[in-house]
Amino acid sequence: MSFVFYLLAALTVAGGLAAVLLKNTVHCALALTVAFAGLAFLYLNLDAQFAGFAQILVYIGAVAILVVFAILLTKGSETPKDGVFSKTWLAGLAVAAGVFAVLGWAVLQTAPMLPKATAAPAVTVGQIGNALVDRYVLPLEIVAVLLTVALIGAVIVAMHDKERTR
Amino acid sequence: MTPLAGFLLVAALLFSIGLAGALTRRNAILVLIGIELMLNAANLNLIAFWRYGPHPELLTGMMFAIFSIAVAAAEAAVGLGLVISIHRHAHTTDLDQMNRMKG
Repeated sequence: MSFVFYLLAALTVAGGLAAVLLKNTVHCALALTVAFAGLAFLYLNLDAQFAGFAQILVYIGAVAILVVFAILLTKGSETPKDGVFSKTWLAGLAVAAGVFAVLGWAVLQTAPMLPKATAAPAVTVGQIGNALVDRYVLPLEIVAVLLTVALIGAVIVAMHDKERTR
Repeated sequence: MTPLAGFLLVAALLFSIGLAGALTRRNAILVLIGIELMLNAANLNLIAFWRYGPHPELLTGMMFAIFSIAVAAAEAAVGLGLVISIHRHAHTTDLDQMNRMKG
């Protein structure tokens, strides 16, 4: 457990907490970007360079921008008068705390059996590309179709329906 | 503590934070942000198990994480499209005020 890991873990968790707790929705989206960046650095720390840069490209480059666009289009940046948390926030918090207790207990119980640190796997981007078009070609095609369908579906769902305008 | 246990604990904490956000916030976009955090925590688990697993050269966990990132991008696009559509219809994104299924 190196100092870098603790630093990145603290950055990620702080970003996640801020994304959930802050009042202004735009600030939440920016904090979410910090959490995504921390996760990308954690992936790099795990010697998963390709996943780390894919995380930066997809999440920081696309998803965070989409979230900001949605906030601005729905005027969501105005803080509501009666608080940002739901009426049943206590139950939600209790469920989340229970889930964390169970997950943490499971990890700590199995911690002595987990594998120790190993040498970094020598995986190049070329190997990942070969695996994508060789062993994983069917999932790759399915993801391509899924992305196309999702983008067309998102445009149709969000499209302005002129005939039914009130 | 082994490095893997540290990564698993961070992922568990991040998942719980995302779950708390999805369950307690009123704004629909913030609920989506919570779901994104939960998906990312799962991805961190996959990559950590790939790194410390017995056969990292098979790339199984890495591939799972990459496909999961692609599916999460599709989910975010459709989810935010739905939020915009609902906002146009109901003029709010407050989930406590959306209490009927009939339009």
